[in-house]
Amino acid sequence: MLKLLRISMLLLALLTTLRVSAQDRAVTGKVTSSDDSSPLVGVSVLVKGSTQGATTDANGAYRLSIPNGPNTLVFSYVGFNRQEVAVGNRTALDVVLAIDASDLSEVVITGYGSQIKRDLTGNIAQVKAREIENMPTPSIDQALQGKAAGVYVNAGTGKLGQGVTVRVRGTSSVSASSQPLYVVDGIPVTNEDLGNYGGATNPLADINYNDVESIEILKDASAGAIYGSRAANGVVLITTKRGKAGKTNVSINFQSGVSDATKRVDFLDAKQFADFFRVAAGNRDRRSNINPADADSYTASLFGPDGFFDYYSYGTYGTAKAADYNWQDKAFQKGSINQMDLQLNGGSEKTQFYISGQYLSQNGTLIANSLERLSGRLNLDHQANKWLSVGLNMSLARTLNKRLPGDNAFSNPLQISAISPITPFEDPATGLPAGTPPGEINIPLYYNPIISINYARYAQVGYRNLLQGYAQLNLLTGLRFRSELGVDILNQQEEGYFGSQTVRNQTRAARGIGQNFYTGVLNYNTNNFFSYDRAFGVHTLNATLGMSYQQSQTKFNFVEGTQFPSDAYQRIASAATKSDGSSSETNFRFLSYFLRANYKFANKYLLSLSGRVDGSSRFGSNSRYGFFPAASAGWVLTEEGFLRENRFVSFLKVRASYGLTGNAEIGNFPQLGLFQGDAGYVGAAGQRPSQIGNPDLKWETTTQADIGIDFGLFNNRVSGEVDYYIKKTTGLLLNVQIPSTTGFATQTRNVGELENKGLEFVLNTQNVVGKFTWSTSLNLAANRNKIVNINKQVIDAGLSALTNQAREGQSIGVWWAPEYAGVDPANGNALWYKNTTNTDGSFDRTTTSVYNEAQRVVVGNPNPKLVGGITNTFSFAGFDLSVFFNGVSGNNLSFFGVGQYSSGNGIYEDNQTIDQLQAWTKENPNTDVPEARYLQRNGNQASSRYIYDGSYLRLRTVTFGYNFPKVLVNRLKMEKLRVYVSGMNLLTFTKYKGWDPEVNSDDFTGNIAQGNDFYSPPQPRTILVGLNIGF
Amino acid sequence: MNRTTFKSSLLIAATIAVLTGCGDRLNVLPTQTIDEQNALNTSNDVAVTLIGAYDGVQSGDVLGGAFQYIPDLLGDNAEVRFGGTFGSHQEIWNKTIAKNNTQVAATWIVSYNAINRVNNVLSAIDKVDAASKARIEGEARFLRGFVYFELVKLYAKAWGNGDNATNPGVPLVLTPTRVVDASSNVKRNSVAEVYTQVIDDLTKAESLLPASNGYYATKSAAAAVLSRVYLMQLNYAGARDAANRVIMANRYKLTDTYKENFNTFLNYGGADPSETIFSIQVNQQDGGSSLNTFYGVTIGSVPGTAGRGDVRIQTKHTSSYEAGDDRGTFFTRVGSNVYSLKFVDRYGNVPLIRLAEMYLTRAEANFRLTTTTGAAPLADINLIRARALLPPLTTLTLDIAAILKERKLELMFEGHLLPDLKRTRRSVGSLAWSADALVLPIPQREIDANPNLTQNPGY
Repeated sequence: MLKLLRISMLLLALLTTLRVSAQDRAVTGKVTSSDDSSPLVGVSVLVKGSTQGATTDANGAYRLSIPNGPNTLVFSYVGFNRQEVAVGNRTALDVVLAIDASDLSEVVITGYGSQIKRDLTGNIAQVKAREIENMPTPSIDQALQGKAAGVYVNAGTGKLGQGVTVRVRGTSSVSASSQPLYVVDGIPVTNEDLGNYGGATNPLADINYNDVESIEILKDASAGAIYGSRAANGVVLITTKRGKAGKTNVSINFQSGVSDATKRVDFLDAKQFADFFRVAAGNRDRRSNINPADADSYTASLFGPDGFFDYYSYGTYGTAKAADYNWQDKAFQKGSINQMDLQLNGGSEKTQFYISGQYLSQNGTLIANSLERLSGRLNLDHQANKWLSVGLNMSLARTLNKRLPGDNAFSNPLQISAISPITPFEDPATGLPAGTPPGEINIPLYYNPIISINYARYAQVGYRNLLQGYAQLNLLTGLRFRSELGVDILNQQEEGYFGSQTVRNQTRAARGIGQNFYTGVLNYNTNNFFSYDRAFGVHTLNATLGMSYQQSQTKFNFVEGTQFPSDAYQRIASAATKSDGSSSETNFRFLSYFLRANYKFANKYLLSLSGRVDGSSRFGSNSRYGFFPAASAGWVLTEEGFLRENRFVSFLKVRASYGLTGNAEIGNFPQLGLFQGDAGYVGAAGQRPSQIGNPDLKWETTTQADIGIDFGLFNNRVSGEVDYYIKKTTGLLLNVQIPSTTGFATQTRNVGELENKGLEFVLNTQNVVGKFTWSTSLNLAANRNKIVNINKQVIDAGLSALTNQAREGQSIGVWWAPEYAGVDPANGNALWYKNTTNTDGSFDRTTTSVYNEAQRVVVGNPNPKLVGGITNTFSFAGFDLSVFFNGVSGNNLSFFGVGQYSSGNGIYEDNQTIDQLQAWTKENPNTDVPEARYLQRNGNQASSRYIYDGSYLRLRTVTFGYNFPKVLVNRLKMEKLRVYVSGMNLLTFTKYKGWDPEVNSDDFTGNIAQGNDFYSPPQPRTILVGLNIGF
Repeated sequence: MNRTTFKSSLLIAATIAVLTGCGDRLNVLPTQTIDEQNALNTSNDVAVTLIGAYDGVQSGDVLGGAFQYIPDLLGDNAEVRFGGTFGSHQEIWNKTIAKNNTQVAATWIVSYNAINRVNNVLSAIDKVDAASKARIEGEARFLRGFVYFELVKLYAKAWGNGDNATNPGVPLVLTPTRVVDASSNVKRNSVAEVYTQVIDDLTKAESLLPASNGYYATKSAAAAVLSRVYLMQLNYAGARDAANRVIMANRYKLTDTYKENFNTFLNYGGADPSETIFSIQVNQQDGGSSLNTFYGVTIGSVPGTAGRGDVRIQTKHTSSYEAGDDRGTFFTRVGSNVYSLKFVDRYGNVPLIRLAEMYLTRAEANFRLTTTTGAAPLADINLIRARALLPPLTTLTLDIAAILKERKLELMFEGHLLPDLKRTRRSVGSLAWSADALVLPIPQREIDANPNLTQNPGY
């Protein structure tokens, strides 16, 4: 590696010695912007048809030698339209450049550098600040939903601040993480789940994304290879805002709103419930040859003296006091959001600053769910002298998240829906919520989550400090060296107390349980790299070479106490028994060297080579370093003579890329055969074999090919991109299922192959321009995921009987279960298709009522076929309207987690969904709901019966705003005054029967486990008003 | 190139050169775990691995409950009702078990995990100090023999249901796993081979173990399990003698009342009563009995009680006790259901072997063999009856049915129901003792992972 460095240094030195020769006369001039007449610095001025050129200085001035004779100068500058001017006899030539309306001249951050969009040969999606600012979702990943082609976001549940599933061009791993790498201002930031209660936490929720200038998502190998073994899942580069020289701008934004759950599911009312279970118990008695009049009969157990109905209605059933209780409604509350932002930016020519602060307070639509964030940022840039500039970014945030239990917990508020509608909300004896001690604690049927809301709490407080300093040296013309040192400090405390009243749920809480978890992640990163950027006539070269080192340390400790004097004492200091405690630590490190060279010839031919060598502590001793190269090329056809004068096509570029990236998110020590010392037995220390080793273990390799077209039509009023990619991941890191007779259930191996291929389409149009403007931005992506080879294994997500699986030849996460065939009209038995192969090779599509006789088949696929978003923006006379839809199509969802209980033909006493009223009876023989049978399975087994279509189209946001006229605003001594109303998730179009088609139960989420609904709370529907003032 | 920039470039190149030297930093070792190479090198290493094996069997999926409630639910004929939402358990109780039943899979997986821990102990037994070598080997063999015995009873046809030498039992894995290869795709050994291994382990354990060993396995514990194995094989002499050895060891004593045997944390702060020969320990920090999970129920007035209240006792069962039977009062009504009081203690130890069982086994075996080894059958039975506050039987009223009834009521919910029905060739409702539905399926997951495993008939 060192050798490589030396050679490149030498090359750079040689290049700078090249000098232009033969000159005849000089032209001087100044280049300014059409917008505000300010001088433009660094404009490239070229003599057309030659290699002679110059760039403008700090005052926008240039001086250039030109040959004698007729000459034309070409002025080009990022963000401005190219201009050609004939020199004639002039010796002074001032030029005004017009701003380019299309996004082709946007600067795109590429990782250790930037490029203008026009020159990109890789695929990078860019999302600008204005597209996501002020969205009422706490984390930036959620705000990206539907904004970029090929970036699929699923928030999972409507709980605030939880982990969000993000997939860039499909799921590219089975066992390693498939989440993208997040890099904030050059530092790969901590983004793992650090939660000890409920679902995954979301460390990105600590970031105020109103501070963000732009988000770039590196999607193909060419863009990603600079991040080597960390880029296979895509890289999300987040760049924060920076100060601008000039007047200090102050911007204040307030917004406030209310929210409600998008949907409720219909359950039985008290009368329907009683009628239904009378039938279900009668059916079971009949089938078990029991006389319903017997004391031990199923009917008596429900309706007899001291039976279920009597007991769970506090004796009100059948009396005048009986009433109907809609428990589901108790799970929800009116949510709210209040947010205030203050941003200042400005500075002098030498020093610029950006300062911001935000307060966000959000109450969820589920009871007791809230998130509060206070954050501040200071970004400073200082030009010390001609050759040195330094800067500092500092942000600090405190996030308080009052979280909810995981979906699978009885205390998950939405599980309240299962409670019988005959049970009063309050215990008549105490007036307290049903089930609260000292009243009868075994009522209602299940633990009443309201008790946890009243008597338990757990709060997660995170302090997040992102600190980054840089120094940049301008060594030679075009040669810079930049050194960055970044630290990401995350300190998280989770505190919980479960009062004695929660004992039915927290069985150890008879005298209270207090818990306290601390997690600290110290993530240190340094990047040191040279970049070289220079034009030599028609040749433009841009190169980056450097190294990066990251080390991350996670420390965790935990203490738990029980036996509190009373619930008035909630800190472990008061616990008579310190019942549990632990501390642990884990580390990982990466050492990387990277190189990238972009070459452009005559603005038409583009070539890029990049690569990274990555070493990591996570890889086995036999394969510590990996090399990840990529190459790409582009051809701007509109620079060619045959298209140049074309009025229809204003821009056309074809590009192609090919290369390797890796996935190193494989856990910290997957390669070692390990013993773990956690196998104590009531106080005696013990150890156990905990992992079977594999010294050859390494990263997963993803080979990706991408071809794309970027186009602009009608003077770029219509522009877009089309991409086709094939992404093959080999050496899949698999937790391979092994015979558990070995003592281990899985072993981690690099086997197998997985493929994602797809098509992406982006279209931006300016439909109407002028006083009234209307523009549209559309993105669509189709991805097909296929597991090519996993050694003929079947990898099970291990949920319940209806679990997602990884199977060869199928998309990751398919559900594998018997195919439901409806109901036998003769007897009400549930039926399944046998789907077996007969001895003669034919397929047996007959049905059976014996569940075990039905062959399992693929009954659903949780991966969407098509994902997209469309934004229409209108503006007229100070008014603006933006309407954004996002949609997902072609995926399935599993309602089994809920349906096996609540749409289960009365097998359990759970309240049933309304469709169970269609259960088979002699009078209603043609139905697909089997006969109701109390405490006996009849169709509630895992099958396609609970797999539903998950497609949806959602009116994600609508924002309507008004900017007061400048005259009026200036009279108020302001620069800007804007009011707006905004709605989120106002409409959802779907056939899904559960709460929300955007679902991924937090207790069952992974690469394989997807699309499962387990009483997962729906997304909020939010309406807010806002006010924005600028000084 | 001017001098300043030249110098700076040199400086930077040097900086990078320094930084490139940090390749060693990539050698990061775990902090909570150790490499298996370093795990079994000393006597202490082996001793703590044995503790790890106890930790393994402590699981609620193994000896911490599943080996008791699975045969009791499967052997139930309407004396209990499984009312909870654990569909996997309800399938077992309804005797219509899906091949992908999650509990059936969990018990298999966790059992073999525990067996691997034992095999690690035995593989390094030569590292153990002479003073504790016999005890450690004895304990390891006891645990392995015990677990294999429970597995073969649940996942294979009962002893004597067809040809034991050809009926598939469960795979016998006797060495620790270090690599996974083709040889890991084991076949099922025959029922006879599994019993032979079980008897070998337990016999050696009995000879190696000390008479007294805290709450760990003892000589008597090994003999007690051996008596169960022989009983399943209808080897009454073997069962009688093993049970007799336990009784004659004179280390255990029937408690004054029946109830004293249960709910050890609430009653004694965690200690076992005098009658317990072997139990799975549970304390606040460690373990949790799945008997408590499913049989237990939270009684509002008794702090420390817990449970899902899933197994609801029916009058068919409660009415089968004679009037005055103390054991017949060991139930409680909570809400609309009746529950057993045996396992309501959140931290109660799991009583695996009690002295009462030894008396009942000796009595039955002596009665069948018309011998009086240790004591006459009538005396043994009446000892149990007297403790339950029942009048003694006489030679006229003592028959095999009376002995089996006493055994059932005394040991109810302690995992004996189905094995006792099978060995005495009695049916479970309409299902014959040999019915396929009374044997668990080999978990589908295992069949998927190991092509050499055969499924049980009926699945």
